[in-house]
Amino acid sequence: MSTDTLAHDDHHDHGPEKGLKRWLFTTNHKDIGTLYLLFSLLMFFVGGAMAMVIRAELYQPGLQFVDPAFFNQMTTMHALIMIFGAVMPAFVGLANWMLPMMVGAPDMALPRMNNWSFWILPFAFAILLSTLFMPGGAPAGGWTMYPPLVLQLGDAFPFLIFSVHMMGASSIMGAINIIVTIMNMRAPGMSLLKMPLFPWTWLITAYLLIAVMPVLAGAVTMLLTDQFFGTSFFSAAGGGDPVMFQHIFWFFGHPEVYIMILPAFGIVSEVIPTFARKKLFGYEAMVYATASIAFLSFIVWAHHMFTVGMPLSGQLFFMISTMLIAVPTGVKVFNWVATMWRGAMTFETPMLFALAFLFLFTIGGFSGLMLAIVPADFQYHDSYFVVAHFHYVLVPGAVFAIMCAVYYWLPKWTGHMYNETLGKWHFWLSAVFVNVTFFPQHFLGLAGMPRRIPDYSTQFADFNWVSSVGAFCFGISQLLFAYIVISCIRGGAKATDRVWEGSHGLEWTLPSPAPYHSFEEAPEVH
Amino acid sequence: MSSGFLKWPVQAVLTALLLGQSPSASAEWALNMPPGVTDISLEIYKLHMLIFYICVAIAVAVFGAMIYSIFQHRKSRGVEPAKFEGSTKVEIVWTSIPFVILIAMAIPSARALIQIEDTRAPDMTVKVTGYQWKWQYEYLDEGISFYSNLAIDSNLARQVKSGIDPNSVDNYLLDVDNPLVVPVGQKVRILLTANDVIHAWWVPELGGKKDAIPGFINEMWFRVNEPGTYRGQCAELCGKDHGFMPIVVVALEDAEYKSWVSEQTSATAPSGAADSAGNVQPAVDVSRDYSVAELLEAGEKSYITHCSACHMINGAGMPPAFPGLAGSGLSVGDLAAHIDIVLNGKPGTAMVAYGSQLNDLEIASIITYERNAWGNDTGDVVQPAEIRAQR
Amino acid sequence: MAHAKDKYYVPHGSHWPIVGSIGLFLTMIGASIMLNGSPSGKLVLVLGLVVLLVMVFGWFAVVIRESVDGYYNIQVDKSFRMGMFWFILSEVMFFAAFFGALFYARQYSIPWIGGEGNNFFTNLLLWEGFEPAWPTNGPAEVGGDYEAMPPMGLPAINTAILLTSGVTITIAHNALKEMNRRVLGLGLLATFALGFLFVGLQAYEYSHAYQEMNLTLQSGIYGSTFYMLTGFHGLHVTLGATMLLVIWLRVLKGHFTPENHFAFEAVAWYWHFVDVVWL
Ligand code: HEA
Ligand code: HEA
Ligand code: CUA
Ligand SMILES: [Cu+2]
Repeated sequence: MSTDTLAHDDHHDHGPEKGLKRWLFTTNHKDIGTLYLLFSLLMFFVGGAMAMVIRAELYQPGLQFVDPAFFNQMTTMHALIMIFGAVMPAFVGLANWMLPMMVGAPDMALPRMNNWSFWILPFAFAILLSTLFMPGGAPAGGWTMYPPLVLQLGDAFPFLIFSVHMMGASSIMGAINIIVTIMNMRAPGMSLLKMPLFPWTWLITAYLLIAVMPVLAGAVTMLLTDQFFGTSFFSAAGGGDPVMFQHIFWFFGHPEVYIMILPAFGIVSEVIPTFARKKLFGYEAMVYATASIAFLSFIVWAHHMFTVGMPLSGQLFFMISTMLIAVPTGVKVFNWVATMWRGAMTFETPMLFALAFLFLFTIGGFSGLMLAIVPADFQYHDSYFVVAHFHYVLVPGAVFAIMCAVYYWLPKWTGHMYNETLGKWHFWLSAVFVNVTFFPQHFLGLAGMPRRIPDYSTQFADFNWVSSVGAFCFGISQLLFAYIVISCIRGGAKATDRVWEGSHGLEWTLPSPAPYHSFEEAPEVH
Repeated sequence: MSSGFLKWPVQAVLTALLLGQSPSASAEWALNMPPGVTDISLEIYKLHMLIFYICVAIAVAVFGAMIYSIFQHRKSRGVEPAKFEGSTKVEIVWTSIPFVILIAMAIPSARALIQIEDTRAPDMTVKVTGYQWKWQYEYLDEGISFYSNLAIDSNLARQVKSGIDPNSVDNYLLDVDNPLVVPVGQKVRILLTANDVIHAWWVPELGGKKDAIPGFINEMWFRVNEPGTYRGQCAELCGKDHGFMPIVVVALEDAEYKSWVSEQTSATAPSGAADSAGNVQPAVDVSRDYSVAELLEAGEKSYITHCSACHMINGAGMPPAFPGLAGSGLSVGDLAAHIDIVLNGKPGTAMVAYGSQLNDLEIASIITYERNAWGNDTGDVVQPAEIRAQR
Repeated sequence: MAHAKDKYYVPHGSHWPIVGSIGLFLTMIGASIMLNGSPSGKLVLVLGLVVLLVMVFGWFAVVIRESVDGYYNIQVDKSFRMGMFWFILSEVMFFAAFFGALFYARQYSIPWIGGEGNNFFTNLLLWEGFEPAWPTNGPAEVGGDYEAMPPMGLPAINTAILLTSGVTITIAHNALKEMNRRVLGLGLLATFALGFLFVGLQAYEYSHAYQEMNLTLQSGIYGSTFYMLTGFHGLHVTLGATMLLVIWLRVLKGHFTPENHFAFEAVAWYWHFVDVVWL
């Protein structure tokens, strides 16, 4: 092992090691970024396959394929895998690849820990997925893990808790690394307010992660001790309260949803100016808006629990604070539109995804705002209206932004252009079918269909059928994405260093593909 | 529609191509929240529409600007990008306008909320308890109490691969054996709690839902304006059969309601412990010997309603959580132990004490059924009198 | 030294992280199997812990060697410091979850069970006769009669111990800056000795509470919050004291200079964090 034999000297001209060892032992930010991204793609397919089971069962009324217990396992695992396995690692992977290149650093600040934070994940998900084969089945109490229901889980219970612990540890280490890289490794002359928005949004996201992942760890630890060591945190008989778990969980959970959207904001803020050939409108306002969203996200958590019977004053407080989040988010939306305004736009695949993000995230934001109105939420809560809301912000929101980023930076990573025609196909299929899938769910929720049910009354049949057909088509379209990415890694037209006509920022000053070590000599930023 | 595995995707594609009929012909394409039948539900409906229209208006403005820009400001039209990159004045404008809009939305919302949360001075109070997976209704003043289970025809149709078309079942999954009956025009206060895990009581047309939390009591209220039958479902994930514990509320005119109440209270004849919980089941004559056929027939029905959620209709159970009854353990073993577990439950498991939920006849017939169905063939016959004796 | 000081040191591949992941994996699986009631889990758990321990030693050995050999420039040092700072902050948030639970129980759930706020019926119909108070083991008196932990006595002594150790570590730090190795060693020795004394007293206190006061982890919400908070704290003290021990050994070997003593400072910060949490 090279680290152990310090005899070797300057290592900077070394390339990567060969074979499996390269990936297992790597401390290189690009290798680790690649690992994160591939892992995330895999998990997206696993979680997506579970969504397909859900949609197949909901294709028509009656129980055709799975029993209700397994259906609940699918719902729960689908969400846990998509959130902790697909979306979050994808953003960390993008951060790994891009942050050093964007702030002008040779690598991430803590390279060995970087490797560890990735390699915990496959083990954590191996544990989580293995629960599918245990007596009593996989977790089935929803990704929110509310007690007392979650305590009825069979053998899978401690495995669930510990895998969540491991995911938390990984996220915290990833976040520490990102903060330190940004705060300590910027090129000379790059003051914070000269930094591009993707690092900015990630910096704020990392603070959120450090603040809330340990709280999740605490919450699940209390579940563990309630189950095995006789504590009474969540049982009224001993003076606790099941709702207390919900407070602690959502203190994590709400910032968590912004953890999944802030980096997406950053990506879109990079892409729109490039293809509008115009500088980002209101850069500083964007930074402050991001910070305000992060701050507000700590004081809105109880909007997920309006029906638990909180005191009136609490409901009013959380309603108003939640509504306020629309203000900084609106500022962002308006600034993006103003960036497009009187630009000279072209519509390559990344731009298409960014524009779809803009439209569809805003729709998801509107339904979020409706959910924040407490009296109305008494009707919406735990119905498919909520499912529609969060898939709009998560799928055409977070997932589209990730795909946007992949198309945008893929030429820089591989040195090849992806197939633009196929990329456009992928975009249009995704954009159409994501709406076919999730828009009807608004109607279902309003008409009274609760979420997390494997079977429903016949009056909900039509829209469920539409939604399922949309979901299958959307799912199949994603195979195209995998194909495009893989064939771009394999070969394709040579990419220039700037790649895009309107590109800006340090990452485009490096050759394509980017060298193994990014900036060995720190660039000067003026 | 129990088509084979290969058939349905094909059918899906075909149907999609034809853009035609969806699987169920009888369904309505309900699009929006029902205005409901209480003042509160109407208030919520109006609030919902108000916010909806505000969002639509903002969307038209924002999306309009985007679409205009997408078509006008494209490079292919030969435009040069403008140079501006920010303006504090605009930022302030588009921070303050949404702020004002939001405050304008918050005021009517707060007003409605205060009204909803005012559970004082009710005309009557019903305590509602959620169980895995049924509801219990206790009329605190009238002394009426009963359980409400998924109706048996829905229950049969909803089994995996049951072969029964849900469209042939009336109010599939939204029907119960014993609905909650309330008078119109009176303020009914609901006291909500749960026995095992969290449930939520939701009837959309009565306006909103509230969680039923073990160890705590939540309050909500409604005053129904029109007589009718209103249907809803449990709205908080509560385990396997969360989708199968519907709620039905029947609102009657005052006179009809009164006669329903007197019927209920007189029907509650003394029959073991069941009556102390005020059960609605008709009186059981324990001195009579019931025929085997009678017991088996009643037993099958009761078993499906009360036991099949866990032990499954075919008695296979779902080990390890829910033991099977077919050909094993309890149902072919010691009879007294069998009766004991049904009557008194098994602490620490989902097996609750049915002694307080079911009458002697029901328990006797269920046990007779369990000991003779699915090839158990013990030949044991249990009479209600034996149950009474063992209570 | 071959490595240029002006360059940020990016280490080569390392096998320690993957060893750590495997160790973590085994530990978690072992603990789960054990909790599910099968004794074979213990074996896996111990194996996992051993792998983790090997990883910690191996990893730190590499880092220490690199540090002594002067691979780290000021910027690298700063990265470590910042990393440690944010790690401690995440620990603070972990404790915050439990303090939150304590706050919620005292401020909300217990009064509500007692019928306050909009919970009149909760008390009347479900928990009649329960009077909210603190400490409590809840309306069902979970865990049976118990005695509350008096704030005076052992806990007070323990507070004094931790405060003193905060002083001794500061003395050691100042000594390090002045290169006074004798005082440094003594200060460190005193600090971790006090740390272990604290843990010992806490263990004594626990066994006293279990045996004579019937105050157990099962004593309702009071027992739960008391043991979980003090227990996790005790765990951290043990960890901190062990790290101090390692630092002390390194001092004896002549490590650290006034300019280069990140590890020392990291542990010192950690110690202060542990102090503050206790208060
Ligand atoms: C990426 C994830 C993400 C994002 C960004 C959001 C954004 C928002 N969410 Fe969402 N939410 C989820 C993920 C997310 N949510 C998830 C996963 C759940 C369900 C969890 C579960 O139960 O399993 C959920 C549930 C949820 C609920 C609980 C519903 C219930 O269970 O009853 C509520 C209630 O208030 C809510 C509100 C909001 C609001 C107000 C926003 C705001 O941030 C939106 C702000 C944006 C806009 C408003 C649009 C743009 C603004 C303008 C154009 C300006 C002008 C606009 C106005 C003045 C109106 N969300
Ligand atoms: C980032 C998060 C994320 C993402 C990306 C998704 C993606 C999808 N989700 Fe998910 N979902 C959640 C987060 C997410 N979801 C959460 C938090 C819940 C709540 C859970 C709970 O209640 O506890 C939920 C719940 C949820 C439900 C409600 C379940 C219920 O309440 O019972 C449904 C139902 O339609 C659904 C559908 C889908 C679909 C169709 C997709 C699609 O976008 C997926 C598309 C991807 C693929 C399909 C994979 C790629 C393709 C293949 C594998 C090839 C094979 C394809 C075919 C055979 C067609 N999701
Ligand atoms: Cu009861 Cu869901
Ligand atoms: Cu939220």
